[in-house]
Amino acid sequence: MPDIQSYTMNFGPQHPAAHGVLRLILEMEGEVIRRVDPHVGLLHRATEKLAENKPYNHSIGYMDRLDYVSMMCNEHAYVMAIEKLAGVTPPVRAQYIRVMFDELTRLSNHLLWLGAHGLDIGAMTVFLYAFREREDIMDIYEAVSGARMHATYYRPGGVYRDLPDQMPKYEHSKWRSKKEVDRLNANREGSLLDFIESFADNFPQRVAEYETLLTDNRIWKQRTVGIAEVSPERALQLGFTGPMLRGSGIEWDLRKKQPYEVYDQMDFDIPVGRNGDCYDRYLVRIEEMRQSARIIKQCVKWLRENPGPVMLDDPKIVPPRRADMKESMEALIHHFKLFTEGYVLPKGEVYAAIEQPKGEFGIYLVSDGANKPYRVKIRPAGFAHLSAMDEMLKGHMLADAVAVIGTLDIVFGEIDR
Amino acid sequence: MSNWNESLHAAVQERFGDKLRRVDTPGVDELMLEVAPEDLLDVCRALRDEEPFQFEQLLDVCGVDYLAYGRTEWKTDEASATGFSRGVDRNPQHELGSPEHSDQMEKRFAVMYQLLSVSRNHRLGLRCWCPPEDPPVIPSLFPIWNSANWFEREAFDLFGILFEGHPDLRRILTDYGFVGHPFRKDFPLIGNVEVRFDPEKKRVIYQPVTIEPRTTVPKVIREDHQYVEGFKESSRDA
Repeated sequence: MPDIQSYTMNFGPQHPAAHGVLRLILEMEGEVIRRVDPHVGLLHRATEKLAENKPYNHSIGYMDRLDYVSMMCNEHAYVMAIEKLAGVTPPVRAQYIRVMFDELTRLSNHLLWLGAHGLDIGAMTVFLYAFREREDIMDIYEAVSGARMHATYYRPGGVYRDLPDQMPKYEHSKWRSKKEVDRLNANREGSLLDFIESFADNFPQRVAEYETLLTDNRIWKQRTVGIAEVSPERALQLGFTGPMLRGSGIEWDLRKKQPYEVYDQMDFDIPVGRNGDCYDRYLVRIEEMRQSARIIKQCVKWLRENPGPVMLDDPKIVPPRRADMKESMEALIHHFKLFTEGYVLPKGEVYAAIEQPKGEFGIYLVSDGANKPYRVKIRPAGFAHLSAMDEMLKGHMLADAVAVIGTLDIVFGEIDR
Repeated sequence: MSNWNESLHAAVQERFGDKLRRVDTPGVDELMLEVAPEDLLDVCRALRDEEPFQFEQLLDVCGVDYLAYGRTEWKTDEASATGFSRGVDRNPQHELGSPEHSDQMEKRFAVMYQLLSVSRNHRLGLRCWCPPEDPPVIPSLFPIWNSANWFEREAFDLFGILFEGHPDLRRILTDYGFVGHPFRKDFPLIGNVEVRFDPEKKRVIYQPVTIEPRTTVPKVIREDHQYVEGFKESSRDA
């Protein structure tokens, strides 16, 4: 047998399979990985320190840019922490809207994950399929907030505005024929809720399409079954949350176990894996997409029947409406106060966690009674997952490294912060 | 939730007595406890293994620097003739960053742990004050929960807190060769050095920052009446 010399290999930070800027130092023995040392922080922007230097509301937009594929969920945790400390509860309609958009965000995140994961280990087509649906979700974001990605839609006390009555439509141009535009606009004739409903109705069928491409695909299974198995005990030790924990067979979902907003009104199931390998985590996430579509439909039904305010009537935290400012001195004063100094929160600390598509996303907020947070700590799910990479990859082949990066579902916006 | 917190707190009191002190915020439905650094390892091991607690997961380790806690950037008790001119902070001896003040501080750095029990479905925040020395040293929780690994590296990187017994305490988020601990309150927001390409030397160089620190919105602390208990209800009646 020939003598195999071990050597060290550099991977990234600019690598198409690194899902951002991840640098790995791999200690190899031939094709086999002996040790992995991930170097992160290349996207570190000191979001937490920036947030400590501005009034509370200014940082909502920064939250979008943490995990930039599940924007609204990040906002949700931050806004929830502020609300918890201020002791306010948003109106029920706002809570339903938040739940609906959290689930849309989950779909958007899982679609990107599915496409990129597939692309990394050799399934090209599924990327195109996944982005077809993701485009619709981006349109929903745009219709409700004006921005396709970084929405800043959730605010302390509710959401920025109610759902619009009209869904924006495609216009025909020299690149898009009339017939094509009519086909695209077919489900955009009504309100935003109509569009979301038709999207959610069609979605399970789309998931079936992805599954046809992957679930029984021989190559897909060869690349994922038995790769990076994590036992339930280790998953707990390593701080796994979300699909990574559920893939290892632990039934844990904050939406069910510690429900926030109106998740306790929703009817849905938690999928759980059995073997804790990449394939099981894939199956868990696929099933989560179906369950999300179920939740969205329930929200649409409720939102149709129950109009009402989407923002709290509390002028000390919520800015007044533009029209009121023209008439009322009080409103003008409140507006001036909120936009120059902001509101203060009482002394204290709070930890608010939500079930983000990647796992538990938490905001730990310390306030010393000022108009700026004293300390904001973001608890990113991906950070704990990536720290387990060494353990997951040990003894696997080099080609499995990309499969593991894919299954971790990492985004460097939140890991590096 | 609150009933669970109360029963958990009762169990904690029975087991640990005075070792853990309750410090949660009034009105917030969470249990937060304070532990001394010398008890940290024993308490945590018990919290993980013993029957009524079973905290299998350490979700987060968060360093906090209390240097500027409760200090405002702008005194608002007088008229603002000496106020915040154009938002530029021209005083280098700024109150927040004075070194004498940091030496006098008994308790400056704290570490906040967030624990979660999956089997019993409860949460706990655990705060541990670092002993007053520089650099602050505190035992590592890596032997109890492996997830502490990167979170402690992060707290070391950003605050300079040393975790005794950590197997691999390296910087994690900042650049290779970074100097200082950027999330300390006496570290300026604009940083100390900036980086640019020098056309004469034909390489990338570091140099002292050339921008001015700028506070867009000064920090003010107000005793806001909306948070006084019973105030909102009474104002609504009027």
